[in-house]
Amino acid sequence: MKIRSVILGAAAALAIVPAAQAERGSDGHVNIIYWQAPSTLNPYLSGGTKELESASLVIEPLARYNEKGAMVPWLVDTVPTIENGGVSKDLKTITWKLKEGLKWSDGSPVTSADVVFTWKYCTAEGGGCAQSEKYNDVTNVEALDGLTVKVTFGVSKPFPYGPFVGAQAPIIQAKQFADCLGAKAPGCTDANFKPIGTGPFMVTEFRPNDVISLKANPNYRDPAKPAFATVTFKGGGSAMDAGRAVLETGQFDYAWNLQLAPDVLANMQKAGKGKVVSAFGTLVERIMINMTNPDPKLGDERGTAKHPHPFLTDIAVRKALSMAIDRKLLVEIGYGDAGRPTCNVLPAPEIYKSTANDACLNQDIEGAKKLLDEAGWKPGSDGIRAKDGVRLSILYQTSTNAVRQNFQAAIKQWWNEIGVEVELRNINASVFFGSDPGSPDTFQKFFADVEMYANNFDGTDPESYMANWECKQAPRPETQWQGNNMPRYCDKGYDALVAKMAKTGDLMERAKLAKAMNDKLMQEYIILPLVDRGRVSAHSVTLGGVVLNTWDSELWNAADWYRIK
Amino acid sequence: MLNYILRRVAIAIPTLFIISLIIFLILNLAPGDPTANLPLTIPPEVKATIRASLGLDQPIHIRFLLWCKQFFINEPYYIFGDMMGWPADPDQARVVSWQTRSPVVDLILQRIPQTLWVVGMSYVLAILIAVPIGVISAYRQYSWFDQAGTFISMVGFSVPTFFTGVVVIVVFSVQLGWFPSIYDTTHKVTDWSSFLFQIRQMIMPVAVLALYNAAQMSRFMRASMLDNLNQDYVRTARAKGIKERTVVLVHVLRNSLIPVVTVIALGVPQVFGGAIITEQVFKVNGLGQLLIIAIQGSDIPTVQTITFIFAFLIVTFNLIADVLYGILDPRIRYD
Amino acid sequence: MTEISSKPKQAAEFRLSTAPRSQWLDVWDQFKSHKGALVGMVFFLFIVLAVFVGPYVWTLDGQYVNFRARNLRPGWAHPFGTDQLGRDQLARLLAGGRVSIAVGITAMSISLCVGTLIGVLAGYLKRLDGVLMRFTDLFLALPLLPLLLLIITLFRDTLRAAFGPESGIFLLIVTVIGITSWMQTARIVRGDVLALKEREFVLASRSIGTPSRRMILRHILPNVLSPIMVSATLGIAYAIITESALSFLGLGFPSDFPTWGRLLYDATDYLRDYPERAIWPGLAISFTVLSVNYVGDGLRDALDPRIRGR
Repeated sequence: MKIRSVILGAAAALAIVPAAQAERGSDGHVNIIYWQAPSTLNPYLSGGTKELESASLVIEPLARYNEKGAMVPWLVDTVPTIENGGVSKDLKTITWKLKEGLKWSDGSPVTSADVVFTWKYCTAEGGGCAQSEKYNDVTNVEALDGLTVKVTFGVSKPFPYGPFVGAQAPIIQAKQFADCLGAKAPGCTDANFKPIGTGPFMVTEFRPNDVISLKANPNYRDPAKPAFATVTFKGGGSAMDAGRAVLETGQFDYAWNLQLAPDVLANMQKAGKGKVVSAFGTLVERIMINMTNPDPKLGDERGTAKHPHPFLTDIAVRKALSMAIDRKLLVEIGYGDAGRPTCNVLPAPEIYKSTANDACLNQDIEGAKKLLDEAGWKPGSDGIRAKDGVRLSILYQTSTNAVRQNFQAAIKQWWNEIGVEVELRNINASVFFGSDPGSPDTFQKFFADVEMYANNFDGTDPESYMANWECKQAPRPETQWQGNNMPRYCDKGYDALVAKMAKTGDLMERAKLAKAMNDKLMQEYIILPLVDRGRVSAHSVTLGGVVLNTWDSELWNAADWYRIK
Repeated sequence: MLNYILRRVAIAIPTLFIISLIIFLILNLAPGDPTANLPLTIPPEVKATIRASLGLDQPIHIRFLLWCKQFFINEPYYIFGDMMGWPADPDQARVVSWQTRSPVVDLILQRIPQTLWVVGMSYVLAILIAVPIGVISAYRQYSWFDQAGTFISMVGFSVPTFFTGVVVIVVFSVQLGWFPSIYDTTHKVTDWSSFLFQIRQMIMPVAVLALYNAAQMSRFMRASMLDNLNQDYVRTARAKGIKERTVVLVHVLRNSLIPVVTVIALGVPQVFGGAIITEQVFKVNGLGQLLIIAIQGSDIPTVQTITFIFAFLIVTFNLIADVLYGILDPRIRYD
Repeated sequence: MTEISSKPKQAAEFRLSTAPRSQWLDVWDQFKSHKGALVGMVFFLFIVLAVFVGPYVWTLDGQYVNFRARNLRPGWAHPFGTDQLGRDQLARLLAGGRVSIAVGITAMSISLCVGTLIGVLAGYLKRLDGVLMRFTDLFLALPLLPLLLLIITLFRDTLRAAFGPESGIFLLIVTVIGITSWMQTARIVRGDVLALKEREFVLASRSIGTPSRRMILRHILPNVLSPIMVSATLGIAYAIITESALSFLGLGFPSDFPTWGRLLYDATDYLRDYPERAIWPGLAISFTVLSVNYVGDGLRDALDPRIRGR
């Protein structure tokens, strides 16, 4: 007995020795499942998250964000800053120097020409590059020598880390994509489906919207990595099937984005085959309040600034609506550990988080009723409050999603309790989030009184995100109903703050401005934040090295994964 | 009969053209945006340029004519040239999917193996099950076999496949662990053990679909048999001393086949795009899944092409069904 | 001679002692003798009664969200338990039944009427056959989802303004399901009519000058009842399930509006831990369909004069 336990103990101790000692390909095969299947491996042609993440196994950027949101050098040795001279003092140029000895998976060397080409590829006319926002304001990218690249901006950029940083802007091989510029980009199917990259894996077979087969990159810069020799990246099905495949049947090792009810996930985890991991980013589920009148009787002028909303322009009503919501309970029923109640539309990173609004975390139905009474909204004979003939009747829309529908039912109940009538509507996600100018159901047209969805921003800098609520970004007929300012919020003070942030370089100053903008929106109750949603994924208990990263691709460190024996 | 067939083939061409035009109009007038599924972090101006690059800013009739040219002229030319080994002409634009930016025909060809394996096989199985069950149920009307058959087929038809599929997965995959719950489309059958694996991963989706289809077909088979079993000629045949089996299987069955032939013939096109839910539940990733993903992503070229192929199959199989009516029942005259 | 002449007087005394029976009474007699059909009819009436009268007896509101009562197992306060938001399942089943049965029957009737009409016309009148069958091909080839999206976008607001949100959607859904599911019935009926048209009794009828309309109504239709009955049964199940698929896609009733299909769909995620949530709506749908099926069987037997009276 004793000898046996000693031997078992020794074996266990040996197993804990990290598999970094293993060599490339020694751990065999790994199975990944994404319940939304990637349709191409070129993130420049399709900005969808699934394409970005599957491509991140193959192609990589110069620098990226780690799980804490800090920038880490990836294909370079150091991140250029003003202190080390990489960024010029006038904030108009930034110089990147590639690592020595980098090779593409076909054996040819990585040079600065590839970096320059990447910029040309995404900014070519007619290409419809989905990530062109990353290369905003770039006037020139030139190769100073074989390994050095200088990016020049047209205006001074306090945050020059847009181009070539993050999973949205990976470096592609100039030779492979040479004939694919501009309008020819979609036609290069071979290159789009099997990009040659610097990442730990290379593509052996790609079936769009179905499955990707990959194998270890023989020219990867670390000879001992990746530990896995082959990968199957399967797509399709639902979050439920993906969760089941990892947590209950063990057929797969990693499942992404398990948007499931928390008790369902907890029950699946009991089988002991897998582990659920979650991390928080900037994704906030929020209710947008329409400051304009969406009444169909107004014809073409519905939803525009010409007709302010009959009752949502009264701050007492908006505040009462917010007070009636029990955010803690919503998190419990919808997200469990994968969500946190929040009172800010800008919840992260830490320096931008404001604490001025946390009173909203407590539900206060009586207070809400009192507020409405004092503002003159008295309950009528049908129990619905009214004032001067205007009834508090709300049309509440969102996309089709089980958790969102649960939220709608709960919030409708609470608003009914304070005397507000609610009609629920859920719209197919591809219509709701589309920009089809012909459809009345898009979230930009906002032909409802309130709408609920989630949004976040890339990377760690909130400047362009907070600028979403500038007055000129309101969707209206003149802009083909395109725009980011869904509530149609128009305030000179807010616009002034946005303009100031664009000129401010100092990080702490920027943080103060971002917080001020957040507080203004929160204290005027233009947006009602509900849940700070984390990402939830699951991996097999035999898969080691997984670090969930919400600031970049979840597969950012797939090179470090290994099999726990 | 030959005249009839030729006439029908001649009419099929304008029919298909009108059908494809109406489908195109519906797809374009229905709300939906191919850039809808992109993350909200991509600004609307960029989405507008993406839409322009897909050709969405051209007027509707130009887009339709473009699709027609690409599908009816360029595609067959390309496929034929591929078979003959001619070099591809880069200027001949093929019908390209908006989501994957790759030719639609390639996508369809990639999906056909698993579609035929799973959905096709289940359809054949369903026919093999439904016809005998229908015949026996009708012959022994109100016996326990009939009652049990009725109950099972009603349940099989009333309970949707998204439910039976999940039940089957939970029982056989999770609890018992006998079969994999996710279909591996890259699996190649090269020897006996890989063939067994293919069977193992196919059993659940095939069973679920077969149950659903068999339920329908057996009801029609039974009803039709019941109609014919009470006819005078059956009594005559029996009086003549013909064996019971011959009476039922040769005389009655043949006359009862007409509604069943309709259901079977109409069901074959469904194999190529109808088993959407089952394909999703088991991740079989066949043509049904391709269609639903394309519809949800407003990928009009893909939807247009697949529904056109679908329409073509429907028109063809309707013709086959009509011809079969004529063969099965010589009294039916078309001329 | 006297005996012969006395016979007619005696014969005249032997009048029929019973009045001629109505055909429908005969049908009802035959129907009654079919045990399955009787049970089916009783059961169906029971379900209809339960869902229309039930909410007045069991007065809990199926839409009331009660967080403290989440995920309860069946008990006294909630005989069928509660769901993840604390809504009473029995109330939702009853409320959902109303909608589901109404949708099922109405949509099925529409599709049956349209399908039979087109099938009979196509089978009987050779001139219309080609056109009607091509029209059927068109509908068969139409992709359902984009068509639904289009119709709902075009008509939702007008119907909502005219009939109120719930009735408006009900009309829309019932119409949409009805006009997209008639094709199979039409083809099957047409096939049967084509075969029937060549039968001797039709020839005989035509030779005595029966007008077409009477021919169809009196001779053809009663003989194609069999596949029509089957289509009716399958049609109800199909309508209920399709309505749930529509709700799942966001095109149907508002999400908090319970229907049997929606209850079944919501329960699928919780299948392992709370199987009863799926069993009740599943059984409800199956039994409704079964009972309609048996009624259909009985009706078909009762209306067939060869079986009647055996």
